[in-house]
Amino acid sequence: MTEMWVNMGPQHPFNHGLWNLRVKLDGEKVIDAEPVVGYLHRGWEKMVESRDYQQIIPMSDRLCYCSALTWSHVYVGAVEKLMEVEVPERAQWIRVITIEIQRLASHLMWLAAVGTDLGSYTIFLYAMRERELFLDLLTNLTGARMTYNYMRIGGVRNDFPENFERDTLRACDLLEKRIKGEYYQLMDMNSAFRLRTENNGYLSKEDAMNLGVTGPNMRGSNVDFDLRRDDPYEKYDEVDFEVCVEEAGDSFARYRVRMREMLVSIDIIRQGFQKIRAGPVRVKAPRTAPVGTAFYHVEDPRGESLMYVIGDGTNQPYRLKVRSPIFVTVSAAPKMCIGYKMADIPAIMGTVDMCVGETDR
Amino acid sequence: MMFDYSGLYQFLYSVSSWLLWEVGRILGFIGIDSGNILYPIRQFLVDPQFVYFVALLLTALIYLVAALLFGIQFIWMERKFLGRFMDRRGTSVGFLGFFQNFADAFKVLLKAVITPKDADKRVYQFAIFAILAVSFMLLGLVPWDINWYAVNVPLALLLGLAVFSLAPFALILAGWSSNNKYTLIGGIRGAAQLIAYEVPLLLVVVSVIVMTGTLNFNEMVAWQQGNIILFIPLFIGALTFFIAGVAESERVPFDLPEAEAELVEGWQTEYGSLGWGLVMCADYLRAFIICALFSILFLGGWTGPTFLPGSVWMLAKAALVFFFMIWVRAAMVRIRTDQLLKFCWNRLLPLAVINLAVAVLIKIYAVGGW
Repeated sequence: MTEMWVNMGPQHPFNHGLWNLRVKLDGEKVIDAEPVVGYLHRGWEKMVESRDYQQIIPMSDRLCYCSALTWSHVYVGAVEKLMEVEVPERAQWIRVITIEIQRLASHLMWLAAVGTDLGSYTIFLYAMRERELFLDLLTNLTGARMTYNYMRIGGVRNDFPENFERDTLRACDLLEKRIKGEYYQLMDMNSAFRLRTENNGYLSKEDAMNLGVTGPNMRGSNVDFDLRRDDPYEKYDEVDFEVCVEEAGDSFARYRVRMREMLVSIDIIRQGFQKIRAGPVRVKAPRTAPVGTAFYHVEDPRGESLMYVIGDGTNQPYRLKVRSPIFVTVSAAPKMCIGYKMADIPAIMGTVDMCVGETDR
Repeated sequence: MMFDYSGLYQFLYSVSSWLLWEVGRILGFIGIDSGNILYPIRQFLVDPQFVYFVALLLTALIYLVAALLFGIQFIWMERKFLGRFMDRRGTSVGFLGFFQNFADAFKVLLKAVITPKDADKRVYQFAIFAILAVSFMLLGLVPWDINWYAVNVPLALLLGLAVFSLAPFALILAGWSSNNKYTLIGGIRGAAQLIAYEVPLLLVVVSVIVMTGTLNFNEMVAWQQGNIILFIPLFIGALTFFIAGVAESERVPFDLPEAEAELVEGWQTEYGSLGWGLVMCADYLRAFIICALFSILFLGGWTGPTFLPGSVWMLAKAALVFFFMIWVRAAMVRIRTDQLLKFCWNRLLPLAVINLAVAVLIKIYAVGGW
């Protein structure tokens, strides 16, 4: 068969969001691949240069609809560093807990997407059902389902509502039971699922490091690195948790890393509720930032997200640079796809957990 | 007036000949006799050839409507059961959600027919008719009760499988003529899959033929009525037939021809409106035919306790097999083309051969007096 280029995107059932993976096919075999991003470019970094520091918080929520809290967190973290604001203890713990809830919701969204990629709507609906629990928790806390506008420079907007701890722990218990029971039976024990995800999309340790892949994708390639442990922010240095690393480097390893991370997140949430103490949740922050620069990076559900902010003494940032984990990871797509079948592409790119909102900014 | 109840076609033939005869009599009564200008029309109406044609047309019409209703009914069944497997309620429009599919059918009926600009228009339109024809034709070959069939040919099983195996050509035509890379890949995948899975399917059928010594559905069921339902001695074969049948009807985990994650909708991508609706219906009909074949070959067809008519038992058994297909769909993910073909040649084919050997050995040593 002659070789041909096939555009998988920008409107294609396999890509979650607006991006394009051009693949060159020889029969069904992928011999070349080229990711094309930028369809969702909104000029975010330029837009925020004409906004107040406070006005940027809800905008940073919009960077990724799956994990809005982590993005507003990395933004307020960077600005707090620039303004040298000390966040109260309780606010730091609330941040840890809510970010882990967000991580659970984001990973469940990813799991749902993988389910549809592989043709199993059961996985999709089960994951969506569990995600709803955590979205309900965050709705109870912040009043919104997706874009929360909850983080504040100098703390968080409000304290936990009544019974939040009880509800969260219940939801965590339920999810833990289902991950260990239902999900394990449905995916890990399912030979069809393993046939589809094992031994494809191989990304070696060297490639993962050289291409700047971060987060669960990198830990799936046997790189033992997690910002929560290796450069702790907020209260992560007081939490005892495991960094999930898998050796195989294939799609199944990336899947396993995320599934284990969900259990770890549940563990962190439980520890957080044990260690949180009463106190203020917010301090007064200045409206203007001094001249200077600051950066802040966190372990996003998708990898290392970083914001670099330059203040010029006014109430607006001079420049705000966003380092998006998936924008970097997508450049590893050719490395992962070449040599495999066309039918593997949804499995490979599905386990990478694309989010185009943050990629294109 | 006595009608011939020995079969659907025979019944319709006797009904239409009686009806047309009566019309001829009425025309004679109102004074249309030889010499009248309308006399040739009267002659034409009572002509046996015309009666034959009308009976054939009525049979075809009834089978077309029945096929569409079966398709819709099985889509409904899948939606409800799949919903329960996925911890949700499924469709709920009308009584138990039964009207949703009718609403959907009327919706696709009203959509604009769009043919791609660069498509090979004649082949593009022919392919859909070919797929529909080979799918709907199958329904006429399957008997529903001892006297309830459209045609009763001696080699019904062989004819049925031959018609079944025409589909890959239609798939390739559809995929090629749409002039789209996705449909092309989907069509070729579909053809490869259907051809590959026909081999174990036919080998299992051969074992049934060895056991019963006939190619006629009625005699097969009669044999099972007299001896034993074949599911028990040919358990391996039944399993192989089921798996190959899932692949033949292009369902998860073998729905590669329409793998929507990578191929959008496979070979059906460029079909819209009523064309897509009918192809969808034909898909379910093919799955249903596989279930009906399974119940005839292995579950004894319409035999069952007599408090229910045979056709109800037949439908119930087919629905039971379809339920297992839905279960498989709810539990599985889609597998890859090369894995699919490897699975066929490395696993299913040996199983089918073992099953054939079992059948032959049972027959040679006359186990149980069969």
